[in-house]
Amino acid sequence: MERIPILKMGEYLLVTIQVDMHDRLAMTLQDDLTSKIVTARSKGVLIDISALEMVDSFIGRMLADIAAMSRILDAETVVVGMQPAVAITLVELGLSLKGVRTALDIERGMALLRSRIDARGREDAGPA
Amino acid sequence: MPVQRKEERPIRSSEDVVGVRQAVRQQAVELGFNLIDQTKIVTAASELARNTMTYGGGGLVRLESLEEGARRGLRLVFEDKGPGIANLELALKDGYTTGNGLGLGLSGARRLSNEFAIDSRLGEGTRVTIVRWR
Repeated sequence: MERIPILKMGEYLLVTIQVDMHDRLAMTLQDDLTSKIVTARSKGVLIDISALEMVDSFIGRMLADIAAMSRILDAETVVVGMQPAVAITLVELGLSLKGVRTALDIERGMALLRSRIDARGREDAGPA
Repeated sequence: MPVQRKEERPIRSSEDVVGVRQAVRQQAVELGFNLIDQTKIVTAASELARNTMTYGGGGLVRLESLEEGARRGLRLVFEDKGPGIANLELALKDGYTTGNGLGLGLSGARRLSNEFAIDSRLGEGTRVTIVRWR
């Protein structure tokens, strides 16, 4: 079956979406990622959508759902690389991607993930 | 209004929805749409094609390149022979859905288009027409 690859890098999972996804493929990615967060004991998920030429309400909801599920599973998700035309269209469509953290590129996305995970570590440790 | 080019595509599966997006993109590029206008009409087409498949039980889309004086446009007509929409006003509201989507398909597609028309008859089907000008 057709699948979008998920790469494991230390405590992070990396996904680069490079194809125009049909709805079932998007659902498969959501399921695969959720399982992988648990089996790989990941703390962060980075999703690169720089190759996506459009994000409609279905893909937008998939991104929001992945972010919400990962949070419940004690992992952070950051979506990086959204093209400006895609962002403009998403807002006009009526989707604000609430709850989804974004960064301009992979480097900034990784930095954001690291700082979020560090902040969580401090919260868990309680006041010094 | 003279129609320069016509193309018809079936919408029966989620792969067909992707095919519609690609065909709309190609025509928008050929018409000289800028990247933002391409993205808007492709996104609107994706929403409406999914509606045709999910709520209309499948159907088709006609893509028509328009020429009116100096301006160029792309008209998309989505047709299904599904159950029709009982309350159009409600169906066009943000966040309203009878399925399990976000309820942004129709209202969002309308915002992303320059012209929008919908004709639905209970038990007969639904036709949604959008136009985006360059």
